[in-house]
Amino acid sequence: MKKMLEFRWHGRGGQGAWTASELLARAAIYEGKYIQSFPEFGPERMGAPVTAFTRISTELIRLHCSIYEPDVVAVLDHTLLKTVPVVAGLKEDGIVIVNSADKPEKVKKSLKLEKGQVWTVPATEIALRILGMPIMNTAMLGAAARATSIVALESIEKTVKERFRADVAEKNFAVIKEAFKEAKQE
Amino acid sequence: MKSVVKQERMALSGDEAVAYAVKQSDVDVVAAYPITPQTIIVERFSEYVANGEVQTEYICTESEHSALAACLAASVTGARTFTASASAGLALMHEMLFVTSGCRAPVVMAIANRALSAPLNIHGDHSDSMAQRDSGWIQLYAENAQEVYDSIIQAFRIAEDVDVLLPIMVGLDGFTLSHTLENVDTLPDDAVKQFVGSRKFPNVLTHEGKKAPFKLDPETPMTMGPIALPNYYFEFKRQQEEAMKNALSVIQKVNSEYAKISDRSYGNGLIEPYRLDDAEIAAVCLGSTAGTMKTIVDALREKGVKAGLLRLRTFRPLPIEDLRSALCNVKAVAVMDRCMSFGGHGGPVFHEIRNVLYDADVRPYVVNYIYGLGGRDTSPLELRSIYSDLQRIVAAKRVEKPIQYLGLRE
Repeated sequence: MKKMLEFRWHGRGGQGAWTASELLARAAIYEGKYIQSFPEFGPERMGAPVTAFTRISTELIRLHCSIYEPDVVAVLDHTLLKTVPVVAGLKEDGIVIVNSADKPEKVKKSLKLEKGQVWTVPATEIALRILGMPIMNTAMLGAAARATSIVALESIEKTVKERFRADVAEKNFAVIKEAFKEAKQE
Repeated sequence: MKSVVKQERMALSGDEAVAYAVKQSDVDVVAAYPITPQTIIVERFSEYVANGEVQTEYICTESEHSALAACLAASVTGARTFTASASAGLALMHEMLFVTSGCRAPVVMAIANRALSAPLNIHGDHSDSMAQRDSGWIQLYAENAQEVYDSIIQAFRIAEDVDVLLPIMVGLDGFTLSHTLENVDTLPDDAVKQFVGSRKFPNVLTHEGKKAPFKLDPETPMTMGPIALPNYYFEFKRQQEEAMKNALSVIQKVNSEYAKISDRSYGNGLIEPYRLDDAEIAAVCLGSTAGTMKTIVDALREKGVKAGLLRLRTFRPLPIEDLRSALCNVKAVAVMDRCMSFGGHGGPVFHEIRNVLYDADVRPYVVNYIYGLGGRDTSPLELRSIYSDLQRIVAAKRVEKPIQYLGLRE
């Protein structure tokens, strides 16, 4: 197990990439870890590509710079795969999690990725089914928890219940559990 | 003898850490202008007020100039006061900054350090508070959200010390600290309340010849901020300088007293040397960059490079003796400025460090790096190049280009 994992979240303005980054960080705090969560600092425009970052470590995090070589990349919107270099700087043993109904092997091929491990999860489909809205950030959080084992589902549940109104929290945690289950590894 | 108290680990952004510290510090008056470039600090604090979690009088003013005027007025009546600003907001306060320090009003202000326009930019750098260097305010710069929280609590004690009575600004790097969520261990409310205590006032003679505490009170009338013509103005300014010198020891005392309850301290409160004792090359920087620099120093040390770092926590008053003794045995020093002094010889921190080292028995080579303006991220790779440059300077025994720009397209 590495001391520190660095996550980069790719989404579009309004899809909640930063919220996903923040929820993951808050859940890790419940497990006694050190965290950082920050958005790409700039004006956010609805629909424009955005990034957010999470650091989770067993030791105090002293770094105060952007993440250039992530361990984990999560892509909330598959249309970004064609326009944004989502795997830029990914570590040799890095993990890529993509919101896609496709098989991980297919996504890996389209990313021309030779190293690393790809996971896919039909996050939008899960969100539509349970929330009735295409808000896929919590589904991606569930898939990230599964792919990295960095936090337990119980910690995420606690965080979501603290962060959202009871009914919203319950539905979102259902989404997280479902994504955790449905996430597929190549 | 106090002992370390049990603390709660929270996830807070630098802004939220400020608001939480102010909430616990028994503040009487907060005045602020709530629009950009204001940050979450006063928004979060106004929620505490609205929820009845604090008894603070919250004044929403029409500008930053007015916000500081309100704080000054409240402060001279004896109230503990706080405000926050950044960038253009701090620039608009400029006139009132001098009035506040001149009136010896111990106002505490958080600055989410941000760039100044034009071109329009409110991202992180130190241009805003460096431009207020000579306004008579104490200036602390924090490395992480934890230190932001701790420094705000300490700031009330420092500013209100009767040997100091000066306003203080605590700088947190815009976005890198202000908008980033980090672990913050928070003290219990009563521990903070006890640590900050209540305001104390020196006794002064009023115009009626009465001895009275130095504050505006109808029972013992006195004038604050009177006109002082050429026959007295100069003496007032000399007293402010004396108060700044007193702050050097008060900041150290508060830093060590705070360590007793929190188990956290920041160097001696003035400077934080990191692996500097036997260092041959060293960098000097302020704020959050120091954290990244420490990881680089560690990596270099593993390779046998005698690298070190000095984080300047207190920029005003400048800890001249501490800086000189910490750096005088180093062969080459890189001074990092996240700000420009147009037309000058390097940035404001460079001016100070080179000046301080002029009186060293053996002067180290000193080189300046201007970096990260307008929120530009500086990568560990770029920061590491500073130390390679220093190694080359030591080998060549000369500084070829004293002013360097890091991470700039030219």
